Amino acid sequence: MLSAIASRLSQALLVMLAVTAIAFVMFRYVGDPVAMMSREDATPAEKAELRRSLGLDRPVLVQYGDFVGRVARGQLGVSFRNQRPVVELMAERLPATLELVLVATLLSLSVGVPLGVFCALKPDSAAARAIQTLSLVGISMPTFVTGIGLILLFAVVLRWLPSFGRGDVVSIGGWTTGFLSRSGWASLILPGVTLALYQLTLIMRLVRAEMIDVMSSDYIRFAKARGLPPRYIHFRLALRNALMPVITVTGLQIGSLIAFAIVTETVFQWPGMGLLFIQAVSFADVPVMAAYLLFVGALFVLINMAVDVIYTVVDPRLRTRRA
Amino acid sequence: MSTPISTAAPAPSRRKRGPRVPPSVLVGAALVAVIGAAAAFAPFVAPTNPLDVGTFDLMNAELPPAFMAEGDAHFLLGTDNQGRDLLSAMLYGARVSIAIGGGAVLVAASVGIVLGLLAGYFGGWVDALIMRVGDVILSLPTILLALLVSGVARAVFPEAGTAQWAPVILIGAIAIHEWVQYARTVRAATMVETRKDYVRAARVIGLPSARIMARHILPNVLSPVIVIATINLAAAVLTEATLSFLGVGMPPTYPSLGTLIRIGNEFVFSGIWWIAVFPAALLVVLVLGVNIVGDWLRDWFNPRRQAR
Amino acid sequence: MANTGKVTAMTVPSLDIRGLAVNYELADGTVSAAVSDIDLTIMPGQIHALVGESGAGKTTIGNALMGLLQEPGRIAEGVIRIGGKPVDTRTGRAEGIVPGKDVGAIFQDPMTSLNPLFTVESQLCETMRFHLGLSKRQARERALSLLNAVGIPEPERRLKSYPHQLSGGQRQRVVIAAALCCDPRLIVADEPTTALDVSVQAQILKLIRGLADERGVGVLLVTHNMGVVAEVADHVSIMLKGRIVESGPVDRVLGAPEHPYARALIGAVPRIDVKLDRLLAPSEENPSAAAARRKVRGAAGDEGGGAALDVEDLRVEYGGVPFLPGGKSKAFRAVDGVSFSVKPGEIFGLVGESGCGKTTVANAIAGLVTPTSGGVRLSGEDLASRRRSGARKALQMVFQDPYSALNPRLRIRSALAEPILFYKLAATSAEAAEDAAVLLEAVGLDRSAGDRYPHAFSGGQRQRIAIARALGPRPRFLVCDEPTSSLDVSVQAQILNLLKDLRDVTGMSMLFISHDLAVVRQMCDRIAVMKGGRIVELATSEGLFADPQHPYTRELLSFAPSLDKIARPPAPANGASL
Repeated sequence: MLSAIASRLSQALLVMLAVTAIAFVMFRYVGDPVAMMSREDATPAEKAELRRSLGLDRPVLVQYGDFVGRVARGQLGVSFRNQRPVVELMAERLPATLELVLVATLLSLSVGVPLGVFCALKPDSAAARAIQTLSLVGISMPTFVTGIGLILLFAVVLRWLPSFGRGDVVSIGGWTTGFLSRSGWASLILPGVTLALYQLTLIMRLVRAEMIDVMSSDYIRFAKARGLPPRYIHFRLALRNALMPVITVTGLQIGSLIAFAIVTETVFQWPGMGLLFIQAVSFADVPVMAAYLLFVGALFVLINMAVDVIYTVVDPRLRTRRA
Repeated sequence: MSTPISTAAPAPSRRKRGPRVPPSVLVGAALVAVIGAAAAFAPFVAPTNPLDVGTFDLMNAELPPAFMAEGDAHFLLGTDNQGRDLLSAMLYGARVSIAIGGGAVLVAASVGIVLGLLAGYFGGWVDALIMRVGDVILSLPTILLALLVSGVARAVFPEAGTAQWAPVILIGAIAIHEWVQYARTVRAATMVETRKDYVRAARVIGLPSARIMARHILPNVLSPVIVIATINLAAAVLTEATLSFLGVGMPPTYPSLGTLIRIGNEFVFSGIWWIAVFPAALLVVLVLGVNIVGDWLRDWFNPRRQAR
Repeated sequence: MANTGKVTAMTVPSLDIRGLAVNYELADGTVSAAVSDIDLTIMPGQIHALVGESGAGKTTIGNALMGLLQEPGRIAEGVIRIGGKPVDTRTGRAEGIVPGKDVGAIFQDPMTSLNPLFTVESQLCETMRFHLGLSKRQARERALSLLNAVGIPEPERRLKSYPHQLSGGQRQRVVIAAALCCDPRLIVADEPTTALDVSVQAQILKLIRGLADERGVGVLLVTHNMGVVAEVADHVSIMLKGRIVESGPVDRVLGAPEHPYARALIGAVPRIDVKLDRLLAPSEENPSAAAARRKVRGAAGDEGGGAALDVEDLRVEYGGVPFLPGGKSKAFRAVDGVSFSVKPGEIFGLVGESGCGKTTVANAIAGLVTPTSGGVRLSGEDLASRRRSGARKALQMVFQDPYSALNPRLRIRSALAEPILFYKLAATSAEAAEDAAVLLEAVGLDRSAGDRYPHAFSGGQRQRIAIARALGPRPRFLVCDEPTSSLDVSVQAQILNLLKDLRDVTGMSMLFISHDLAVVRQMCDRIAVMKGGRIVELATSEGLFADPQHPYTRELLSFAPSLDKIARPPAPANGASL
């Protein structure tokens, strides 16, 4: 158990080290900071002075250590593009993205799991075949195509739902939420569905595959040989085994949901971190890019740890090691 | 061995049945073949050359498809904002999309297979190193990593966004994430094969490691790679489209399907839907076709299925 | 458990099958018969063994009774009664009986039959609550008494355990308790001890025998192991190609089989009580085999008077590299100071239960694992220093699993020619191909076998090919790691005879590793018994079986299921074949 935790922690550390290293390299070498910060007509002596005052003449490892120290204190620099502290920018945009991802995750789980179970239990039914085929269409639709399609249908043609922005948001202690207003919810529907669709099909296909595997396992055969009712075998026994890997995948998928939120936010002009990031990419706004990278890395590590904790709670093989 | 004692009754249906391809897969494969061929021969098939700025006329901009009232028979699927024939742009765009997707798969598969073989066969620190690097890469979602790579490339290398360099950057940006999947799969399969007796026998004979890996292990770990490569081709085409849609992929002067959709997206609200919808439909049909074939291949190569 | 209906229960058969046939109906419309014309009666308290080689259809019968027939299998005809209760087979599946209540099941692998996510209590009680309508408390009490009955210590604590906390033997006991929990009239036990070590096997067999006697439950025991049959069964039916060819009391059938197949099958079982020069096996040699065998006579026999192989204080440790600096190193010592030497032309046996380190010894000798310390010398030369030289060819190896021993993507000829060309024993590939053909003949196959791929061959044929490949470099020493333990008994006899013949013709020495004492007795001149990574006893084959010294050896011998109890026909003249 201890060694498992140690190996997990060391992996988390490794990820954070790698991510900060990439971020550092971006800060240090991508786009010369001296050129960015000095006046057009600066003399070489002035530039050298600036270089020294920024500490850029010191050994790289020292600079890296410094950088990690600053990151740990939350000093992520100032956006090149709009000259505001990056942390401030990110904090403003964080709630929008997290709410979107939360809605998408819940949506994909609550629809994907039941559909997957159904397709595994009735593999030959017409409905299951139809769902299976549709799921292929689902993973073949890029997020932005889904988004544009939904906008065309529900915003342009039918005019039922808004196609951009978050609607009215309420600020609670610095956290802006769209959950408390009608227009907030209405604005969430299209981007939420767009973001959820791809994950939904993934989860559905995963649950189906796992469930089919579990149903052919020896212990389910043994349960059948003991004459337990099918409903009990399916939903109390097999489903539990089948959902174990779903925990991991859902955890990992939250990471990629954040990434896909970049696309969704672009399509729907959703004022989240993804939109901030994509603007930073097109303007080569390095501090924002690096900060976003750090954020996703940290989030990944946190989610992974949460998944591990959940695993130890639900899997007795991890919970109790000794006989 | 023709004695009664040794010929036990063959287990029923143990032999693999001959490939009976379901119609949906045939349709999928046909779609991919038709789109692929049309894209490959785009210069001969397309009505106009969308890359030749001299041939298009702003007067023709934003014409609807030929079947609509204001349509022009010269432009079957209408024109885009610059007066380009949309059908031609789509065919050339599909060509770019497939080339970049295929290139990314090729690069990722080659790198992944080699690293996976090394990791699985040697184990120890070689394995640990390759897999830890892979873990870190996988902790960043494909699209984010690809955006970072192309964003950084643009920052250090101003040419990165040009028609000449963008495909190279895109292939690199996609492959840098995807190789891990091949490496993991090949590694796992290699570990299984390495433990098998025919590999142990080859080691007892004293064959050099490189020869064992190339001649004995590689042919036996390739079938999952074929499946992943197919499914990955679909994913790579999607990633390229997404990057181009986000404006960090192919430039509008040399558009891929994603670029075309990006251009079209700006006109969706003004009722000019075709610039976005036709390229999007072509993209989805292409990717769907590849996915249908990949899905079937995965079932087909499933070891459980063969064991039955 | 009070059994009120005991009087009637004792007179009504636990299982009565008349004319059962199971067909597999394939998608293309063809029907293949898995089993047909099966008649079987099991009285309460009886254990009826169903034996046969792989593919004979014995498991199909068990699955049909439990309603576990795999698609597209269906019961085509026949009358089945379980505890007097008729089974409705009109739908092609067993209906009208309640699996778990009327029939209990014991599966082969206790490691996978229990759901890893649920406690023993939950898995035992769920069945009783569904079938007997017991309350939670009642079910728990009954589960406790069942665990007691199957001999699990501290049942209170064990109820709360998860399967991974139990040993293999304990898990199989839990599986048996689950099979018994609703007092079924019949238990179907499909290879219940095949996945277990002999000592655990002996205990589980004793338990099943005892439960049958005490509870008056009929047991259908599906097995491939004649020793197990002789040990516990009352009646036995021998199956061939989906039919029962001979059936009767165990003493009669095993002692004096009538059907030719039954005679051959029982004759091929290696005997633990007496050593024969050859095993009884159907001969399948083509006439050119003996001549070809003389051609493969190689470099063997050119050594001086010294030992063929010397193993000195061999130690092998696994793991031990801590993940993090400062982490605990947990080295597992698989082989802990093993020394022995093999004489020229000798077959040296290494026996022990799984995990005793015998395979690791073989791997270390063959250079597949690096010993932590100790030396291995072949004809006096240190193998470690010869690793890189071509002299490595002098030692070759034959492995356990014939299905994984051959590269599925390589033609047999290429597989055989590869080492020959690698060691430059042939100048051209044509020469190597001719060598390969001779090798194939030497192991009793046709020259044309070289054209085909491995999947065209049966397990026994593949093992012959693997032996041919090992002979290619003309080795002086052959390491055989459980070469027959995944083969059917008649094929096993053929392969063992082949190995002996090859030794006689080429004069090479062998290290023969097995868990099966009877096989070792038939094959080996001297035997070492391993336990926990050490050799506990080393003696001549005759000496070891006649007068075992170490308590562990005696224990192993007493656990080994054997046919000794049955009066068997006298050993036939040496070299006999059917």
